[in-house]
Amino acid sequence: MAVLPPNRIRILDLGTAWAVPLATRLLAGLGAEIIKVEAFSRPDVTRFGTHPHNEPGEKHWNRGGRFNDLNRNKRDLALDLTRPEGAALFKRLVAISDIVAENFTPRVMKNFGLDYPVLKEVKPDIIMLSSSGYGHSGPWRNYGAYGMGLEPTVGLTHLTGYREGRLIKSGIPYTDVPAATHGTLAILAALEYRRRTGRGQWIDLSQYEVSLAFIGEALMDYVMNGRLQGPLGNAHPFLAPHGCYRCQGEDSWVTIAVTNDEEWQGLCQALGRPAWAKEARFSDALSRWQNQDELDRLLEVWTSQRDHYDVMHQLQKEGVPAGAVLNPKEVLLDPHLKARRAFELVDHPPPTGVGRRPHLAVPWKMSRTQGRLQQPAPTLGQDNEWVLTELLGLPEAERTRLSEARVVSREPIPRPAARSEQPPAQQLEQGNIVAYDDNFEEILDLK
Amino acid sequence: MAEAALNLRVLDLTHLIAGPYCTRLLAGLGAEVIKIERPGIGDKARHIGPFPDDRPHPERSGLFLYLNRNKKGITLNLKTATGGHLFQELIRSADIVVENFAPRVMPSLGLDYPTLEKINPRLVMTSISNFGQEGPYRDYKATDLVAYALGGLMYITGAYDREPLKHGLSQAQYLAGSLAATATLGAVLSQKSENQGQHVDVSLQESVLLGMFIQLTTYAYTGAVSRRQPKESSVFANVVPAKDGYSAPVFYGFVDWKALAQLVDCPEVADGRYASYAGINIQSPELEKLLVPHFAQRGKHELFHAAQALRLPFGVAQTAADLISCPQLKERDFFSEITHPEVGTLKYPGAPFKMSESPWRESSPAPLLGQHNEEIYCGLLGYSRTDLVRLRQGGII
Repeated sequence: MAVLPPNRIRILDLGTAWAVPLATRLLAGLGAEIIKVEAFSRPDVTRFGTHPHNEPGEKHWNRGGRFNDLNRNKRDLALDLTRPEGAALFKRLVAISDIVAENFTPRVMKNFGLDYPVLKEVKPDIIMLSSSGYGHSGPWRNYGAYGMGLEPTVGLTHLTGYREGRLIKSGIPYTDVPAATHGTLAILAALEYRRRTGRGQWIDLSQYEVSLAFIGEALMDYVMNGRLQGPLGNAHPFLAPHGCYRCQGEDSWVTIAVTNDEEWQGLCQALGRPAWAKEARFSDALSRWQNQDELDRLLEVWTSQRDHYDVMHQLQKEGVPAGAVLNPKEVLLDPHLKARRAFELVDHPPPTGVGRRPHLAVPWKMSRTQGRLQQPAPTLGQDNEWVLTELLGLPEAERTRLSEARVVSREPIPRPAARSEQPPAQQLEQGNIVAYDDNFEEILDLK
Repeated sequence: MAEAALNLRVLDLTHLIAGPYCTRLLAGLGAEVIKIERPGIGDKARHIGPFPDDRPHPERSGLFLYLNRNKKGITLNLKTATGGHLFQELIRSADIVVENFAPRVMPSLGLDYPTLEKINPRLVMTSISNFGQEGPYRDYKATDLVAYALGGLMYITGAYDREPLKHGLSQAQYLAGSLAATATLGAVLSQKSENQGQHVDVSLQESVLLGMFIQLTTYAYTGAVSRRQPKESSVFANVVPAKDGYSAPVFYGFVDWKALAQLVDCPEVADGRYASYAGINIQSPELEKLLVPHFAQRGKHELFHAAQALRLPFGVAQTAADLISCPQLKERDFFSEITHPEVGTLKYPGAPFKMSESPWRESSPAPLLGQHNEEIYCGLLGYSRTDLVRLRQGGII
């Protein structure tokens, strides 16, 4: 059941990579109709790599796992916006759409002749989200920005690392996530504004600025006290024990975070009330914090003999915050996430040979209008015919001409090379991966 | 004055970060947010800081001041029968209620969604919790660290030879807060057309999970279990020491070897001899030996701008000091100055995005504890000042 009223909200999604595709996926989860508009000369980068069994296959651009995760419940139009006819087609679509979303560097839409002032002429109440690295103004506006590079730029890397000062970048393009959630939020706010006033607007979202919202307290410390906070590892400014402890097995860990005396008692109980737990230096919160290194060492002696899930359940039973550190396989198999239906099993169309794969469900639950994300991500240009026929009413002769003139295409032109992946044995040796399951499809119950 | 995006009333029962960040976004978009705090102690964030000169004071906590601008503050003890009744009175005219208690709490107060729905069928209730309102871990306790561990982001972050690492500060809470605001508005839009509210359920674990699209897909498609930074960590997997801090060299997709050669004034790099597997993480010990000493001699911002001039999408490891004085943020008017009665005039991070028609609303300082009791209880609900005195005496407000 669609959440967004009154008829389907139609969104033209020019986004690539992560931020805007993720934002529109969230909107698809609310029932919006998303038409992904791709350049067939440069298909979305997430189409490349992460193929089933590392086999690119013939049309590898239709077998990209990351693309399949980010672009479910979307239709796909593949055209050439650099051609006047392509841009004209796009404008015709704008005239019958509610929202345009894009995450190009600022000069791109302008160069296409498709920036907000132009689109507003086509449809006065159009809502446009321009999501960029640094925003559409300022000296850095045309700087290339990717999550991997933005994470340090937004100040997060100086706050993330081991206590001795070794700074660490995370394993994902992190800043794309707040960019996506806030992009979706801004679009919804603009829709509500339009509902009341009949007016559209332009949203200028900078991934840089949006991510700064998430380190507010560190900024306040500098503003108030001139102090620069540094990395704490997994420790905490005032709580102890608070950290990551080794468990039994290869590279297996558990997190424990005690936030008050009651939980400390619970922890002692779970540990069987060892003598060291009664020592004066661990008897109150402040002393525990001051002696946290020794406390951590003693705790790890206990955890290292146990399975991480067992530790978590045992401690939680005693009311202690504890969480097994789940690797990606364990996340896909976690019983709580399974009960929450946090993953959708998506069946991909037979020609792609992708088969059934688990992908992330909508990241919230709604009691009345829960959205699903079960439609597989589109192949390149999959919906060209539908757009040209059903939406734009073009006669067959015209559609054929556009295809022959390569204004639209269902094939990438030029044909892109498949992205090769390192063989798993090599990845294992280099430590990129910790394990490799031949029978992973059985394990995930995908057959 | 231009109209704000939202014209809604929010009852805000939240505390610390996740809930207050959600309601911060709603307030900034124009909603009237009535923040309900426990009499006496208030939101726990009032006691977290940072505090000016490290002098703790409940009206001077940086975290609280940052997250709670443009909200009206009232006190209310929900554990009393009168408190519950007053809350129900407020519900009648509210569009949204947001709470981030453990799932048992609202039902134990007699204020679960089915009860509130009867009072106001159009109400959208948003609950943010560690693991959601249902499921085997429903009553499990968590901090940001635990949510990060169970959400998957922790295992894939950190050095090869060290324990997994969580991001600094409280990212899980902020992520959940932003998702909660998004889902809340989604439910509001549905309510506007169908005249019916609903219960929105956001979990910290699933908010962290949202960032796992790469590694989960890797296992689901290839059976490989991704780990953290590789054994021989490449220069590009992390930040690299510069003369005055750290540089963040980044490549996206295929490497522009010619540009890199130009950046570091080393022609031999141009022919791509150091290429290993194409991709974001390039692993080449020989290249590292070349680049690391070079970067160490250059200023981090100089390197950043020089790389960008060559279309290399480098980042730069910035500190809070760098951010506060950043020319890009200055040009964008990102920071705003707000005067608060207790703490004076301070710079705060401003609007997370810019909307061309509807302005961000965040010019009022965070409320003092109970600051708007009279405005809400007397002005909105019609109680007298002497009623207020009685309510305070009885520990209700």
